Amino acid sequence: MMSKTTTALATFAALGVLAGAAHAEIRLGVSVSATGPAAFLGDPEAKTIEMLVEQLNEEGGINGEEIALTLYDDGGDPNKARTFATRLVEDDEVVAIIGGSTTGTTMSILSVAEDEGIPFISLAGAISIIDPVREFVFKTPHTDRMACEKIFTDMQAQGITKIGMISGTDGFGASMQAQCKEVAGEHGIEILADETYGPQDADMTPQLTRIRNTDGVQAVLNPGFGQGPAIVTRNVAQLGFEIPLYQSHGVASDAFIELAGADAAEGLRLPGTALLIADKLAEDDAQYDVVTTYTEAYKARYDQDVSTFGGYAHDAFALIVDAITRAGDSEDPQAIRDALEATDGLVGTTGTYSFSPEDHLGLDLSAFRMLEIKDGDWLAVD
Amino acid sequence: MAGRNKWISLGVLALLIALLPLFFPSGYYYRVGALIFVNALSVVGLVILIGYAGQISLGHAGFAGIGAYACALAPEHLGLHPALAVLLGAVVSGVMAALIGKPILRLKGYYLAVATLGFGILVSMVLTNERALTGGPDGMNVADLGLRDLLRDMGWRLSGGEFWYMICGVVLLIGAWLALNLFDSPSGRAMRALHGSEVAAATVGVDVPRQKLRAFVISAVYASVAGSLLALQNGYITPDVAGFMHSVEMVTMAVLGGVGSVLGATFGAAILTLLPQVLTVFAEYEQLVLGLVMVLVMIFLPQGLLPSIARRLRGRGE
Repeated sequence: MMSKTTTALATFAALGVLAGAAHAEIRLGVSVSATGPAAFLGDPEAKTIEMLVEQLNEEGGINGEEIALTLYDDGGDPNKARTFATRLVEDDEVVAIIGGSTTGTTMSILSVAEDEGIPFISLAGAISIIDPVREFVFKTPHTDRMACEKIFTDMQAQGITKIGMISGTDGFGASMQAQCKEVAGEHGIEILADETYGPQDADMTPQLTRIRNTDGVQAVLNPGFGQGPAIVTRNVAQLGFEIPLYQSHGVASDAFIELAGADAAEGLRLPGTALLIADKLAEDDAQYDVVTTYTEAYKARYDQDVSTFGGYAHDAFALIVDAITRAGDSEDPQAIRDALEATDGLVGTTGTYSFSPEDHLGLDLSAFRMLEIKDGDWLAVD
Repeated sequence: MAGRNKWISLGVLALLIALLPLFFPSGYYYRVGALIFVNALSVVGLVILIGYAGQISLGHAGFAGIGAYACALAPEHLGLHPALAVLLGAVVSGVMAALIGKPILRLKGYYLAVATLGFGILVSMVLTNERALTGGPDGMNVADLGLRDLLRDMGWRLSGGEFWYMICGVVLLIGAWLALNLFDSPSGRAMRALHGSEVAAATVGVDVPRQKLRAFVISAVYASVAGSLLALQNGYITPDVAGFMHSVEMVTMAVLGGVGSVLGATFGAAILTLLPQVLTVFAEYEQLVLGLVMVLVMIFLPQGLLPSIARRLRGRGE
């Protein structure tokens, strides 16, 4: 019996030693899903923040203080995310948290941040994170609703009013499907067909055939994520659709064009961020400096292309740094939160952020750019 | 002898739960402690099923999912108090276990493992796909228990971590007490008898299917209550709680700590809950260390950590 007691105590003691971090710096906490099913989100996010912290500390930090980064990998598990959030707040005593790659992990971190009064910038999409507005919770990615609005605005400009929708049943697809249906009416769009597919499905021909056989459909919209939209794109090409295809921001990456095939993807449109067309931005573009600096640094350090998701983390970090600089007090979470809420016109890779007490997302539709795939590459069309 | 062992086990557990907070440097350790207790509770349930009755289940996360979502859904849709929702979840899990246990407990070994696995995956799929009800893969909010506010009004201020540490600790003690009582009861003896040999047990008059089902239902209720406690303390729940990996994790905890022993199960739960927290510094090697520990325990301490160590100590004493 004795041996077990001592072992247990020793384990707790070991925890204490490991957790004892250095003080007198700006303590920033991060919990992202760097491994597990959401690693495609969390991996670029973790890499981005590690890189940016290193860069900032080399340049002398904020007001002369270096940033001490504590980064945990929650593996996409909301339960772990909550434990790490508690650890960041109680044990590591951070003054701000960035993280929550998925909606589930964000919701877990969010309640800890709210309870303890620590500013938290989420990297997940759901609108429920910032609506209703919570005092200490902000987020950088645009919502699914904004993507729908951007797409519908473009459809309106093309004179399209009747569409067919085919959505994935994964978290992303299902959430965007619901949001699009909600705002379609406001844009005079009528959804005549509403089909779904499972995330693992290998062929969407039956659903697409039903859409094609629906009278009056003028365009197809595919809210989805991962391989599904690539298969939809190929099936649409095989079936010889003559109406335009719209994809979501969920597939805004070069990998998508490769997966779907440049021929099949030719002419399809989707809302994306400036990061995707970094090499084509005009030099007088407001985001030119931010986007090119980030993409070049990331490429040089990791030999990988940047993704939209890494961009969310980049913007969250920029927002925190900006807020701490303006707050002038790196010890007081409340002051940092207040400064964060007063953010006005901060240019990030995703868009230009201006927070207010009523708006903790701070982006508008101009953050999205309507992109078209042309000759296997992205082309900005608005 | 067995009676004395029971009180020693309970006493050790109670002392650990009561005294460990004296060594906690920050509130975060209460959270880890509460998680250990929740995991230990579902593993104690598995000790009854695997350790006593000798049956396997790879689908117990399904019952944890039912318990968790009962706490999320019942207050919202039925207007039930969260505490009653815990009970409702336990009843639903118990009934569900009785219904599916009847046919599938006729299976043995691998076949039983696969059948229970199928059940777990079904629950997880329903929770993921019934978006309108469960919020889908994004999960849903869980109403607050309200007890902490009540205590605060009575002048007893507790942080969330302290509160859940106490609640989960007390529930684990009750769970362990019931499991230890069962061990020496007629049912417990019957379960252990059929574990040794079903034919022999049946020959001496043990109703084998009935005792198997009893163990299955009891362990399902344990998992369900553990799922409820997790949902209530997190305030948010996603279908991950019912995921296959969670089932595997439970069985791993039970086997690592010692599947025949309630204290051992708690020990196993403690180690597997603590490791990822201790290993954050070398997160890339976490799975490696975990796997290595498992392989070494299975080779050198096949009875599980605690029983093997206890036997070795006793052997030296005599």
